[in-house]
Amino acid sequence: MSSSAHDTHGSFDARGAYINYLVGFALSVFLTLVPFGLVMSGIEIGLGWALAVIFLFGAAQIIVHVHYFLHVTGKAESGWQAMSLIFTAILLVIVLSGSIWVMFHLEQNMMPAHEQIERVRNLP
Amino acid sequence: MATDLTHLPAVHTDVHPFFGKLTWQSIPIQEPVILVTFIGVAIIGAAVLYLLTKYKWWGYLWSEWFTSIDHKKIGIMYMVLGFIMFVRGFADALLMRSQQVLASMGFEGYLVPHHYDQIFTAHGVIMIFFAAMPFVTGFMNYVMPLQIGARDVAFPFLNNLSFWLTVSGAVLIMMSLFIGEFSTNGWLAYPPLSGLEYSPSVGMDYYLWALNIAGIGTTLSGINLVVTIVKMRCPGMTYMRMPIFTWTTLCTNILIVASFPVLAATLALITADRYIGTQFFNAELGGNPMMYVNLIWIWGHPEVYILILPIFGIFSEVVSTYSGKRLFGYTSMVYATCVIMVLSYLVWLHHFFTMGAGASVNSFFGITTMIISIPTGAKLFNWLFTMYKGRIRFELPMMWTIAFMLTFTIGGMTGVLLAVPPADYVLHNSLFLIAHFHNVIIGGVVFGVFAGVTHWFPKAFGFKLDPYWGKLSFWGWIIGFYLAFMPLYLLGLMGVTRRLSQFEDTIYAGYFITAAIGALFIAGGIAAFFIQLYVSIRDRDTDRLRDVTGDPWDGRTLEWSTSSPPAYYNFAFTPRVHGIDTYADMKRHGYQRPTDGFAPIHMPKYTASGVVIAGLLTVMGFGLIWHIWWMASGGFAAAILWAIGHTFNYNRDYYVPADEVRATELARGPRMEPAE
Repeated sequence: MSSSAHDTHGSFDARGAYINYLVGFALSVFLTLVPFGLVMSGIEIGLGWALAVIFLFGAAQIIVHVHYFLHVTGKAESGWQAMSLIFTAILLVIVLSGSIWVMFHLEQNMMPAHEQIERVRNLP
Repeated sequence: MATDLTHLPAVHTDVHPFFGKLTWQSIPIQEPVILVTFIGVAIIGAAVLYLLTKYKWWGYLWSEWFTSIDHKKIGIMYMVLGFIMFVRGFADALLMRSQQVLASMGFEGYLVPHHYDQIFTAHGVIMIFFAAMPFVTGFMNYVMPLQIGARDVAFPFLNNLSFWLTVSGAVLIMMSLFIGEFSTNGWLAYPPLSGLEYSPSVGMDYYLWALNIAGIGTTLSGINLVVTIVKMRCPGMTYMRMPIFTWTTLCTNILIVASFPVLAATLALITADRYIGTQFFNAELGGNPMMYVNLIWIWGHPEVYILILPIFGIFSEVVSTYSGKRLFGYTSMVYATCVIMVLSYLVWLHHFFTMGAGASVNSFFGITTMIISIPTGAKLFNWLFTMYKGRIRFELPMMWTIAFMLTFTIGGMTGVLLAVPPADYVLHNSLFLIAHFHNVIIGGVVFGVFAGVTHWFPKAFGFKLDPYWGKLSFWGWIIGFYLAFMPLYLLGLMGVTRRLSQFEDTIYAGYFITAAIGALFIAGGIAAFFIQLYVSIRDRDTDRLRDVTGDPWDGRTLEWSTSSPPAYYNFAFTPRVHGIDTYADMKRHGYQRPTDGFAPIHMPKYTASGVVIAGLLTVMGFGLIWHIWWMASGGFAAAILWAIGHTFNYNRDYYVPADEVRATELARGPRMEPAE
């Protein structure tokens, strides 16, 4: 029990940890600057591409933070950290995508509002 | 589109700066039913207080129980809380049954609709949150650390705090009976009915703060028990050697950790709607009440598995113990439990098929719901095959288990019926649904609680429960259950909806009278259970009931290797495990308890912080409910300050001297004898 409590930090020595933080910092600055630059500079690549880039870099940002700053690796805490992270991610995906799907369907099947009925009724 | 908002109620109505919304009119003395209840409760309460004072039990209760962070004592306190609230919830059930009998015969009855609505809401909330949840948490607390060979849970103080937060919620609910009123919105309080416009009274606020506070306790307890299982198993106990009850505890608490935050968030949103004027669930201002229904069931469906999974664990232990065999299909049992855990997260929409989602959504959730019955069916077959060719002893826990297998199967099948969306369009909101979930909750959870109580009672207290009164209780429950709920299936099929306090037609009277007779049988069963407790405590020193071996049922898992009741440190030596059913294995190899070589044991100290923090949060809750802002902020600030102060208490552990361990262990007798 006590050994596993320490192996989060046991794998780095002080210098290795320092370099690790620097790498993480550099990566996260890069991942922040690119999407910001894209929007601020006003380069025309189309809305779809801009969104794709922003979301992609955002997702990479999350992974960088989790890996370099929270030290979640496959080995830390004998795999429990990574496993609970994956579990959390799965639940979030289920809850978010499920809710969006369900709510979208409910919206589609709402009773039509009065104006809509009138519009359909008055179709030429 | 301009929206006229003038009809919306102001969020901050005029409240007294000191008393908030509380006035003398808040005490419902004009209601005869409540007045009589109040007088009864006051008399019983005064008698209890008098006896406690007369026999000087206050100090004992405070220093040995309330402030205890021993997982065994906290487990027992959870069970006591569960039974107290169970009696309250059952009293509500009797009121509803009798009102429906009168109403179905053409009388008006003695409960006005407004009061009747409070009663069915209170019945649901109490039975789920403050009876069933304490029961399962109590079992998990008491049994699981013993089964994995641990001295306590991972965070003993947190465990005490979790318990008292649950009590805090229960206290707020009980207060609503005599100060103000309770929610009238059903146990899940759907908006817009539960919004400020349609429920301006304090009833809904009692509901919200009771569940907010108790929910924190449950979440903390879930984290605590997961960490305990992950980190504190004794050497040799790999995951695939854990007893099934421990496995179900693990899955249950993962579900708690995963789903209770959803409840907390949902309740926080509707609390914000009611208190600070947000409009998350108000369609008029762009919110969406259907989102509430969606969110609350994302928590609500895992919740029913949180209740039933540990009970499956209890039945697994009981079946293998009283059949004298290893559990059939241990591995498949583990996988079935895990599959149920994951699937329970994918079915929530079956609670609102009729809200209007399209065919693809409804069929997806209908199919996932039906799939859950596969691992559950696998479990049933495992129990049956465990019994096959076993030397079955028909002790009470085994009787409850067989009753469970029959009853739960019926409930499960009606559940699969309701999982078919077109059928649900016909049956939803009817008494058929009521019959279905009582069939699985009584036939599953309640029967399991009684099986577990009878099974582990000698472990917890050192004497068995009297079987005669236990059997009376058993038959009262079985007969009562079938009489009370089979008519509801029929009524539901005939189209009678739930939550009705008045009827136009008198042709259903016969069914309601039968159901009420069933409820009376159940009342007899409950009474027999309490008589059983009394008789057993009275005769505890007779050879018939006293258990000196620590192993009265020829148990198979580690908890039976301790004395009855176990020493407060559980195990003098950390056990070593070489396979599943460790204790059966140890007995087969002629294991002898060591009689020397004892070492000091590191133990946590008792602390009053849990009681104090939960007490202060109860004060906060009361202040928030009645809009007494000074009381709410004062209670909150004091609770936070006390919690910070508690972190500076470094004097929180001690060592039990080796001599004391030796004396305790030798007092048990030289070796343990197997039963019979």
